[in-house]
Amino acid sequence: MTRGASEWSPEAYFLNNVALGVCVVIGILVFGAMFIAMFRFRKSRGAVAEKWSHNTMLEIVWTTIPVIILIVLAYLATGGLRTFADTTGSEMTVKVTGYQWKWRYDYVDYKGKAIEKVGFMSKLDRESDETRQLNSGLDPNAVQVDGYNTYLINVDKPLVVPVGVKIRFVITAGDVIHSWWVPALGWKMDAIPGIVNAAWTNITEPGVYRGQCAELCGQDHGFMPIVVKAVPKEEFEKWLADQQAQANPPAPAAPAAASTTAAPATAQATDAPVSQGHQG
Amino acid sequence: MAHDATHDHHDDHHGAPSNFFVRWCMSTNHKDIGTLYLVFSLLMFFIGGSFAMVIRAELFKPGLQLVQPYFFNEMTTMHALVMIFGAVMPAFVGLGNWMIPLMIGAPDMALPRMNNLSFWILPFAFALLLSTLFLPGGGPAGGWTMYPPLSLQGDSVAYLVFAVHLMGISSIMGAINIIATILNMRAPGMDLLKMPVFVWSWLITAFLLIAVMPVLAGAVTMLLTDKYFGTSFFNAAGGGDPVLFQHIFWFFGHPEVYIMILPAFGLVSEIIPTFARKPIFGYKAMVFAIASIAFLSFIVWAHHMFAVGLPLGGEIFFMYATMLIAVPTGVKVFNWVSTMWGGSMTFETPMLFAIAFVILFTIGGFSGLMLALAPADFQYHDSYFVVAHFHYVLVTGAIFAIIAGTYYWLPKWTGHMYSEFWGKMHFWNSVVWVNVLFFPQHFLGLAGMPRRIPDYNVAFANFNMISSIGGFLFGASQLIFVGVIIHAVWFSKKKALDRVWEGAKGLEWTVPSPAPFHTFELPPVIHDEELAHGHVED
Ligand code: HEM
Ligand SMILES: [Cu+2]
Ligand SMILES: [Cu+2]
Repeated sequence: MTRGASEWSPEAYFLNNVALGVCVVIGILVFGAMFIAMFRFRKSRGAVAEKWSHNTMLEIVWTTIPVIILIVLAYLATGGLRTFADTTGSEMTVKVTGYQWKWRYDYVDYKGKAIEKVGFMSKLDRESDETRQLNSGLDPNAVQVDGYNTYLINVDKPLVVPVGVKIRFVITAGDVIHSWWVPALGWKMDAIPGIVNAAWTNITEPGVYRGQCAELCGQDHGFMPIVVKAVPKEEFEKWLADQQAQANPPAPAAPAAASTTAAPATAQATDAPVSQGHQG
Repeated sequence: MAHDATHDHHDDHHGAPSNFFVRWCMSTNHKDIGTLYLVFSLLMFFIGGSFAMVIRAELFKPGLQLVQPYFFNEMTTMHALVMIFGAVMPAFVGLGNWMIPLMIGAPDMALPRMNNLSFWILPFAFALLLSTLFLPGGGPAGGWTMYPPLSLQGDSVAYLVFAVHLMGISSIMGAINIIATILNMRAPGMDLLKMPVFVWSWLITAFLLIAVMPVLAGAVTMLLTDKYFGTSFFNAAGGGDPVLFQHIFWFFGHPEVYIMILPAFGLVSEIIPTFARKPIFGYKAMVFAIASIAFLSFIVWAHHMFAVGLPLGGEIFFMYATMLIAVPTGVKVFNWVSTMWGGSMTFETPMLFAIAFVILFTIGGFSGLMLALAPADFQYHDSYFVVAHFHYVLVTGAIFAIIAGTYYWLPKWTGHMYSEFWGKMHFWNSVVWVNVLFFPQHFLGLAGMPRRIPDYNVAFANFNMISSIGGFLFGASQLIFVGVIIHAVWFSKKKALDRVWEGAKGLEWTVPSPAPFHTFELPPVIHDEELAHGHVED
């Protein structure tokens, strides 16, 4: 499991490692005992069956020890659940809507200010889409951005977010159930029509983090990836301002001409498939 | 037997009818119906298996080479439905039918005609289900979990719902029959606490079936009315709630997974003592563990829904309850190991499969414990990690136990020994390739590969290829199984003893091999020392 790149994601990672460790230790003890039994107590070595069929002391011990281990695990896991459920104190809200088979992102507010009309669809990039057709003859290995294979995990327009800001996601869907999963953030959350789910993240390192829809949603379920581009705060604020300017063009008076000519250039940059930063 | 002599003129009473149709289609004999169930289950195992081969072939390497994504989804959906309802459940019912009367000294099942009906519904149910693959709109493709709204998009909803109803009716009738048989038809002296663990496990499983199959029927009926009769149970736009379906489905679904494992626990608890030549360790603890697992299975359903946005309290409750199940499950594993300890073991094929069961099922239990930790499940959920988990518990758990049981009693059924050499070939091939098939899927899940996708990024390519190779070879290994069975039924020359295995105890070994058409027409006189659990003290 990835450690992830958000404030919360190490919780899942840590729990995974502890639980795996516990399982490996118990596994070694139990399977070890089994293998010893299989070698020592074989008939071909002249073993004679003993008659006992219970041992109260042993039974109490191997019921109690697992209970203690489970209590420790439960304690750790409860902590992770509590912090995950706490979406208070967020400084930004993004609405995520799943559709067959693309995602829509709407920027709702940032630092206490409502954002008007910044929202877009995000779907599988064209190169992956052409390659993934049945018998396309195209090589999935050739779908690369900056030397990194992005086959089926790249989009036309990524979700751009700032690092170091607690972001609240409100997640829903327009048709069937989807699930928004970016492993580097440490969680997935179902996108359900008619229901709005909340989750949060606070990304610690800038980079491009990729994920996929995780709930079967029809024929192209495997083809609706998620790309989150986490950038430093200043860069994000500039990007947001550009998007807002584009979405809310000032009244068509003469002085506005300059800004409308500038805007498409930046939009172009983000329309292109995402290039590599740090890979999550 | 003197009894035989007085009834000689009742020919039909003693031999099987010679007319094929009368014998098999009109059968009320628990052994013949058991055979029908087992043969049906084997057939479904191969049909479901062929769907799995399509899945693994498409996933062999990145890019779509063989099938369209929609057909891929039909394959995953049908694979699960056929394996769960067509292969695993009927196999256990078949084993129960054959063996429960023999193990408790009953002449037949309590309700023989209903027994016939509950089997003969199944071929129709599956003909209906499988026929959807040939319909213009295609078969169900929304996953075996049938989550709306997606599952309502297909054209085969009505077929699917009706097929599920038939399967449910069949299971409920089977369960009623098993309960009635066990509670009413035990030979005098066969106290409840002297029954074999397999019989106990089936008794408890049958109650689970009766409790939850109607819940499934209700859920799918609501799907049907949402689709065709304008209701909005699960339609948010009409005031309904898609998550409601998931609650209802998993209230059925989690007990269902235990329906598929409790009889397996029972089988393994028969086989290990036989080949260890030592009584089962902690008989009462075993029975109690099965009962408590069955009880807990009703209060853990939402661990399948940790990512739907449950309230914090709900997540915590279902996490704790799920973790609790690990305790009785652990007790069972420890008891099997202790049964082996101090025994005098031999390793015939049934024992090999039973030992592999204990180890590999436990690995599935470990991943289950990890999945139970909700914060970690936010990552595991709907990834290949879950796929690895449930295949360890179902394939190397339930199916290995079924195979072990088949080898264990095959000589009793056919009167001939199977080929031990080919049995072992089957075992070693199965156990190696099944791990090559499913172990890498843990890594895929941890690396972030979602389940139910027909194509993937090249980062997942290596493990998928390994898994596919394991899949093809595991599938091929099962052909050995068919060969061994055919050989044992028709070609084997080696006669089986009545007590086939040296260490075997219990009433089923007191009747001849092959078991005659009618057994225990007069209740047997029970000597406690002949029973596997005749002297229960703990
Ligand atoms: C130690 C005992 C077990 C625990 C704690 C456990 C826990 C879990 C959890 C938490 C999940 C949900 C994972 C997810 O979707 O995120 C799950 C899935 C599943 N488990 Fe288990 N499990 C256990 C044993 C079993 C057994 C014995 C079986 C069946 C023989 C089984 C069959 C399944 C199946 C079929 C699924 C996936 C269902 C689906 O989504 O299609 N599990 N298990
Ligand atoms: Cu999806
Ligand atoms: Cu479950």
